[in-house]
Amino acid sequence: MPVIFEKSRCGRSAYAMPSWQLEETDPIPAALCNDGVDLVEVGEVDIVRHYTALSRMNFGVDTGMYPLGSCTMKYNPKVNERVASLSGFTSLHPLSSPALAQGALEVLYDLSEYLATITGMRRFSFAPAAGAHGELAGLMVAKKYFEKKGEKRSVILIPDSAHGTNPASVAMCGFDVREVPSTPEGDVDMQRLSSMVDEDVAAMMLTSPNTLGLFDRNIVEIASVLHGKGALFYCDGANLNAILGVAKVRDMGFDLMHINLHKTFSTPHGGGGPGSGPLGVSDELEPFLPVPVVLKGDDGFYLEQNRPDSIGRIHSFHGNFLVALRAYAYIRMLGPDGIRDAGETAVLNANYLLSLLRREYNLPIDRICKHEFVLNDKDMPNGVTTNDIAKRILDYGFHAPTVYFPLLIPGAIMIEPTETENRETLESFAAAMIEIKREAESDPETVKSAPHSTPVRRVDAVLAARKPVLKWEG
Amino acid sequence: MKYTCSPEDDRYVMLKSIGVRAVDDLFTDIPEAMRLGKDLDLPSALSEIETMRLMEELAAKNRPGRCFAGAGAYVHYMPAVVDALASRSEFYTAYTPYQAEVSQGTLTAIFEFQTFVCRLTGMDVANASMYDGATALAEAVLMSMHASGKKSVVAGDTLHPHYRAVLETYCGANGLELRILPSANGVMDTSALAGALNSATAAVVTQNPNFFGCIEDVAAITGAAHVAKAHSIVVVTEPHSLGLIAAPGKLGVDILCGEAQSFGNPVGYGGPALGFLAAKGEFMRRMPGRLVGKTVDSDGKDAYALTLQTREQHIRREKATSNICTNQGLCALRAVIYLSALGNAIRPLAELNHRLAARCKSLLASKGFTAVFDRPYFNEFAVGIKKAPVVMKRLEEEGFIPGVHLGDYYGEYADCVLVCCTEMTSPAEIDAFAEAVKRCAR
Repeated sequence: MPVIFEKSRCGRSAYAMPSWQLEETDPIPAALCNDGVDLVEVGEVDIVRHYTALSRMNFGVDTGMYPLGSCTMKYNPKVNERVASLSGFTSLHPLSSPALAQGALEVLYDLSEYLATITGMRRFSFAPAAGAHGELAGLMVAKKYFEKKGEKRSVILIPDSAHGTNPASVAMCGFDVREVPSTPEGDVDMQRLSSMVDEDVAAMMLTSPNTLGLFDRNIVEIASVLHGKGALFYCDGANLNAILGVAKVRDMGFDLMHINLHKTFSTPHGGGGPGSGPLGVSDELEPFLPVPVVLKGDDGFYLEQNRPDSIGRIHSFHGNFLVALRAYAYIRMLGPDGIRDAGETAVLNANYLLSLLRREYNLPIDRICKHEFVLNDKDMPNGVTTNDIAKRILDYGFHAPTVYFPLLIPGAIMIEPTETENRETLESFAAAMIEIKREAESDPETVKSAPHSTPVRRVDAVLAARKPVLKWEG
Repeated sequence: MKYTCSPEDDRYVMLKSIGVRAVDDLFTDIPEAMRLGKDLDLPSALSEIETMRLMEELAAKNRPGRCFAGAGAYVHYMPAVVDALASRSEFYTAYTPYQAEVSQGTLTAIFEFQTFVCRLTGMDVANASMYDGATALAEAVLMSMHASGKKSVVAGDTLHPHYRAVLETYCGANGLELRILPSANGVMDTSALAGALNSATAAVVTQNPNFFGCIEDVAAITGAAHVAKAHSIVVVTEPHSLGLIAAPGKLGVDILCGEAQSFGNPVGYGGPALGFLAAKGEFMRRMPGRLVGKTVDSDGKDAYALTLQTREQHIRREKATSNICTNQGLCALRAVIYLSALGNAIRPLAELNHRLAARCKSLLASKGFTAVFDRPYFNEFAVGIKKAPVVMKRLEEEGFIPGVHLGDYYGEYADCVLVCCTEMTSPAEIDAFAEAVKRCAR
């Protein structure tokens, strides 16, 4: 597919200036100006055809099932897109005085209340623009909390099943990482943990349920060990979908968490952003939240900028407001029953799909799963790998699961169907996976050379890295 | 309204296949004491009709008004093609393009975004986008620190106060020193710059056009930075200015970052925004965030893929260049469609923006409200209005967003208002605004 620049022809245009006649009263000195810009010259029809063609080379949730583990690719209600295009929201300038932004502030305030109800945390800040940004803000909160207490703690504990963002966030915040091993059953190894927790540990980050799709059965003990040494317990909320309306994160002993609104609360993933990663904290940690914080006063909602213990500002304005807005509408639509139904059905769907696949695929840890489960390629014949399976499933009209993660399962295939897939779809996905297993036995070359029916064939990632071409140069 | 579709008879079949009797049996790994067993205390469910009504009521509680505010978020015209194409759900319901074979749409668009940024700025390499301008700056500074091994950074006080605050937050968490250089007549005081730099200085940060709307002498500042063996980092919050003013890449700037919301994205109360980051080629392997590269598929056909991922958190974990694991994909797509439509008309559009601001400035001056700084500017300028907060409140009541009160951020500029004009403020509206300022200042 050629890029738009290859369609550029001198003199074509898709933009006309208004006919206002204006004098030049304060010319910018020529020395400060450029001598022209060469971007692209195309007509409107060219643009429409080009991007329509590109969209047809893309696979989204609307195209088909997208069982990407740890990403919760559930269906995104269309009405939310209509909501997020209301001009009362889209045209609102972020520095408008609060009196002119009461609707937006009410959405942020109430959404914080709803998320607090769902998780048991005290308050949420919507400044973090993504999950990783929420993690960073959470670790900054931990840092500031111990500074205020006059304690020097330099270590953050992370299980070996953690997302890569966890250790990267720790490093970005100036802490050191210590890795906690898991047991063969997929829980945190309590013996090892107990020996690792000391006065140097600021916090432990745990994804709950964890990245194996399992609920850590020692959660109460973990919290108690950490709190016993004065450390904080951070919940990576990437997998919150599995316990929606069933249990509250705060009740498990977590002190702070981030939520990925684009996962759990169904805001579109946008081809990779924009998401939203609000940070929620307990009563004790509330003073440390990033500014500004939305509060409710006698004259309506307002933004509190001066909070002496705050970690400070982490976003140009108020975070990804239009994403939070969609999450707000989603929660209002589902209501308490719908929220619980989403969590329960996500877990039901995952366990059903697992029941259909377990006879054909190796299941490294055999337990009731939550919203996702991890298989691997151990039983695949003829050297067919996880990557081959992922590429071949594309030919069957499904997006691939997450592969080679978590790292502690070799050749991992992490499947998260979400609650919005119906029984027939789950069954056809399972049938396709089983068919691939048969192909691996009888016709392995077809699997190893997959995909065959996608807009492009298997892409050479090695060449892309060896000879980086990062822009079109004509 | 629910979006699940597992009626009772389906559930029965599914539970049977799993080998349990009830959905509750799937949650026995959660300690009994923690399980709620009752509904959450949330407002009750709504139909789509009720939801739409509720949201329209909330939207009506905001008053966007005729906007003369910029300061990092700009109201520009968005051609109809932007919404029409960006709302194709194959784009917006996709995720990170890990499976390149079914993500060529997203990947090609990001590759085009990287190309647009480089063409517009004269830089060698650009990434797939960042959360927003302020975090793009913070990441740019961290990148400079890692590259140089130095732990101090100097920024002018003409930097957007919110960007400065975010930079303080990030520097504070990493034990880095941030020094603020005072300005002179609305621009960085270049005479004081050389004295402020030393062997520990990793970078000098300049916003251009700066927070006051003034155009900085980037060439001189970059020269001074290079003499001190420091990087020159430039941050742009209004990239339409690049249609008119000299490309930072041509002035020797090492790292360029900023906010590109103004290309095809609504102000949306400040988010989602569209941070961008570009640099000289030597920073390629130090760039935070995603990069898309050109390659081929197994048939030898052109194709695009995420590349140089060994820099990234999912591979390198605590040794990654940054923790960022996303970009602002859909916002970048909107920017790409917008820039395709605008094309080389970015130059006349930038000129129009400047002339509209000039008209506004001279009209206000003719009514006794003089500009605070006598400097070249792009589409924003600061103007003195006595009792500005009171006047601004009256202007709001007349349906204007009259700009940003500088006194909120700078004690020395109380009663100064930062006013912005774009192609969305027509000459007639500018005339009406100037009249309104005069009326409200009585």
